[in-house]
Amino acid sequence: MSDTPRFDPKAATPFLTSRGHSGWLGLKYSSHGEDWVELELPWRTDLLGEEGQHVLASGPILSLMDMASGLAIWKAMDRFEPIATLDLRVDYVRPAREGAAVFGRSQCYRVTRSAAFVRGLAHDGDADDPVAHIQAVFMKIGGKDARGVPNGQ
Amino acid sequence: MANEPGDLGVLTPYARSLGIELAHWDEGMPVMRVAFDEAVEGRPEHYHGGATGGLLETAGYAALRAELARSGREAMLKPINITVQYLSAGKSRESFARGRITKLGRRSANITVEAWQDDPSRPIATAVMNVLMADSEG
Repeated sequence: MSDTPRFDPKAATPFLTSRGHSGWLGLKYSSHGEDWVELELPWRTDLLGEEGQHVLASGPILSLMDMASGLAIWKAMDRFEPIATLDLRVDYVRPAREGAAVFGRSQCYRVTRSAAFVRGLAHDGDADDPVAHIQAVFMKIGGKDARGVPNGQ
Repeated sequence: MANEPGDLGVLTPYARSLGIELAHWDEGMPVMRVAFDEAVEGRPEHYHGGATGGLLETAGYAALRAELARSGREAMLKPINITVQYLSAGKSRESFARGRITKLGRRSANITVEAWQDDPSRPIATAVMNVLMADSEG
């Protein structure tokens, strides 16, 4: 085990989204910085929010932001460890455009001994014109995670 | 059941795709259910926070649709926001959720939702939602 693990969102995302809820949604790595990660949710007609309307449901955006937030926290901590969402607020400021992928960018702005605080936005191509804003708190839950995330230690 | 069940209408494509369905009616409000399978799994053997959020949100919309149907109203529902509190980890078994209309206005509704697994009095997550109701045209 290395003393200075490097958490790499680009390597970890395909692993974490290969199955389960994230895999079902088809989440993909988009980009990242020191304390933020952006994921892509590809357009899918079976994720629409109202019969006969071509507007993405809000549930997948919540999932996208939850996942991007987790990755942003691991990036900010520079290591993978089990965390759980405590509280997540999503403000849907406008519908996403029909046929457009939605990108979820979350920034971890504070990590304490037991909690991590994030804020973020979802956009459909232009981060200056978001479709949603989020704010969330995650708790570190300790213990080992057997998933074997690349560089997760 | 004492009350006449309201009309739920058709579940959203998203809810159907995730495997959410109507479990039963409770005092005139729909109780929604989702089975535990890979589509809702986050860390191994546990619900993904997003899947729990999707169940809560679907139950909130279902409650609002049932209430609107009872009062003979038709509207397109648009999300304003949702705040989810995660109270305990969702384990690998089916989950339920039920909404309660806290305030029904003309243009917006405030809805509280609870999700549970074995015991309705021990929720695994709760949510508060604000939903905009736009008149459907025609």
